[in-house]
Amino acid sequence: MSLEDPRDTEEGRQELVGATEEGVDYDALEDLLGEHVTGRESHVNAEAFVIRPDEVQAVLFALRDQAGFDHLSNLSAQEQEDRYESIYHLKKYDDPTQEVTVVVPTSKRDPRSQSAEPVYRTADWHEREAYDLIGIEYDDHPDLRRILLPETWQGHPMGLDYDKDQPQVVSFENHANPLEEDHQDAESDTMFINIGPHHPATHGVLHLKTVLDGEQIADVEPDIGYLHRCEEQMAQQGKYKKEIMPYPDRWDYSSAGILNEWSYARAAEDLADLEVPEYAQVIRTMGAELSRMAGHMLAVGTFALDVYGDFTAIFQYAFRDREKILNLLEDLTGQRLMFNYLRLGGVAWDLPEPREEYFEKLRDFLDELPQTVEEYHNLLSSNEIFQIRCVDTGVLEPDVAKSYGATGPVARGSGIDYDLRRDDPYGYYPELDWDVITEDGCDNYARVLVRLQEVEQSARIIEQCVDLLAEWPEEDREIQSNVPRTLRPEEDAEIYRAVEAAKGELGIYIRSDGTDSPARFKIRSPCFSNLQTLPELSEGEYVPDMVASLGSLDIILGEVDR
Amino acid sequence: MSSQDRPADSKPAVQSTQESRMEGTDDRFNSKLREAFGSSPFILTKFDQFMNWVRGSSMFMLQFGIACCSIEMMSTYAIKHDLDRFGSGVPRASPRQADVIIVPGTIVSKFAPRMKRVYDQMPEPKFVVSMGSCTISGGPFQQGYNVVKGAEEVIPCDIHVPGCPPRPEALIYGVAKLQERIANGESSPVTVKPYELEQFGDLERDELVDHLAEDIDQETLVMRYNWADSS
Ligand code: SF4
Repeated sequence: MSLEDPRDTEEGRQELVGATEEGVDYDALEDLLGEHVTGRESHVNAEAFVIRPDEVQAVLFALRDQAGFDHLSNLSAQEQEDRYESIYHLKKYDDPTQEVTVVVPTSKRDPRSQSAEPVYRTADWHEREAYDLIGIEYDDHPDLRRILLPETWQGHPMGLDYDKDQPQVVSFENHANPLEEDHQDAESDTMFINIGPHHPATHGVLHLKTVLDGEQIADVEPDIGYLHRCEEQMAQQGKYKKEIMPYPDRWDYSSAGILNEWSYARAAEDLADLEVPEYAQVIRTMGAELSRMAGHMLAVGTFALDVYGDFTAIFQYAFRDREKILNLLEDLTGQRLMFNYLRLGGVAWDLPEPREEYFEKLRDFLDELPQTVEEYHNLLSSNEIFQIRCVDTGVLEPDVAKSYGATGPVARGSGIDYDLRRDDPYGYYPELDWDVITEDGCDNYARVLVRLQEVEQSARIIEQCVDLLAEWPEEDREIQSNVPRTLRPEEDAEIYRAVEAAKGELGIYIRSDGTDSPARFKIRSPCFSNLQTLPELSEGEYVPDMVASLGSLDIILGEVDR
Repeated sequence: MSSQDRPADSKPAVQSTQESRMEGTDDRFNSKLREAFGSSPFILTKFDQFMNWVRGSSMFMLQFGIACCSIEMMSTYAIKHDLDRFGSGVPRASPRQADVIIVPGTIVSKFAPRMKRVYDQMPEPKFVVSMGSCTISGGPFQQGYNVVKGAEEVIPCDIHVPGCPPRPEALIYGVAKLQERIANGESSPVTVKPYELEQFGDLERDELVDHLAEDIDQETLVMRYNWADSS
């Protein structure tokens, strides 16, 4: 692999170009990049440098190694009237408020630019997606194929002149005959197996092309796209104000809906410059943390199911606890799963009446929670079988995790202290008292421990929110700020904003064209990046360990494929 | 269950299994049913009817998750809702052991051929519960360039449960309705507008097929989507 250590020398942060106390010094960065820069744009979240398509690697290497931008958060590609664009959104793991954007325009006739894969491993899948949906080709890319749509698909559906009604043929190849690979040459004795797309351990419709050497995994390649339901197209068809909000619920559908809604709300509010009343922020924070708990419960329950087939105890316990949370969320939002509760500039309605009763329910739930979590620790994390299965399997080293853009519990389980709730504050989080959980184990066990402890932290946050809400003076209970009837953000405004969702950094890129729906809406899905680490976690391990690793990554296919 | 809660003097702590079972009259075989039948312990029924009743009362579901609806489907199997109470079994992981497939989610172009194959692998008689708006019409994603407009474009469905997602109670109702129909020997008309799995060589030749002819083997199974025709 062409990976270089992001910072070969331990020079510390002072040496990084452009890093100042007040944020990024973009002029210094421009000096650093020198002639590579052909133009400069201002996006709402950061400054953007326009560069030539054949100098991508030089620019990104400089930004990574000399300016410390070690996190390729997202690649948004788009086709415009006169050009194609690949937009690289860079951040720092140490301080995600330090952002810089790199825009790579290419011509209409020959949309071709240099791949960023040698700089950031995560660019591999992102560029394949851009090729698949938009049609930009990346030179130097190790394996430029379609990723979400079937190989035989015609056209690039997010391009401007795509005809949605044209017929398509999708092939259904049989299993590759295992024996074929078996006897490729006299020495080899590898076997090819398909795991999925219909398989109980793949958490949905994921297909793993696995090559085994004896019992060990020689190669595994996740094949995704079995749930690619055009979420970005749907958002681009909807109007900002009300028609987009129902969709985020369906990205990460592990009841983490409010967290996803918040990602859209945050991006759109910053884009259109909307205020959110404090009271609404507290409700959002509380709802978001309830969602996170429900999501983590599902992760833990299904993980137990994966690791030792425990359908009767832990899985059911996790669902019991989820039901309690879902009841609370249903009281709040009116729905069990697809909440559609946030609105731009606030929330849909106030807490349910009688308020006292609702607080009582919340407090009861929180009072019971410590015993519940204790129960999980007894059944799960202190169980010897569980430990044998999980400790030291699926190891993800921190620098590998960073190179793949891993975030959320996956990154925090590898000791990366990165949580947008604290590092890029939004909502009411900065006013509250809670901790970011990290574990240094880097293995499957550490990732589960992080989730279990995050449940406790979420409970702390909710508790404080409940106290705040209970005291909130009646005349100040403003749930919604003034939002114009039709939202038309300024033409050509661009923004990339992320929140800490259940699985990690969930970001949204929006480009506005002055109308009431987005011209480009790109979703940065944490699961997409996290799943990319699977080969690193499982090559050389046994098949059951791979299943455990997959479970501990906690992917939701709706969010991977979008 | 624990013996400590008992008052000390009531019964000896240790009791043989035989003793405890033979307490009072042994009426293990005098079921309520038998009482209901009166003196003659026989019923007359048609074999077909009997088989239908049996079928409806013991259904094995295929463990099959697609999208968001499968989360609610899991809740339906799990604690609180416990679909098993209605004799609709524990989910089976293999299609060859299942009678009923619940289709819980959005079906997209890449997945439809696989779903069709899974359905084909189930033994007859088999039943389909389509769960959620996506399996009715494509639901919220109906306009998507990649989304199949409902499960019925690919496999026949017996019961549709509307909702996005349907609540577990709704799914239970749907399954119970299916059981009722099976027990009554009713079946649904097959209303598939089939997107069939067929060999590439059998497709009608047109521009697209000619274009793909180099990449796809004549014998490879394919599914052709005519998006313009599906509503
Ligand atoms: S019907 Fe709604 S909840 Fe069910 S799979 Fe479709 S979008 Fe998801």
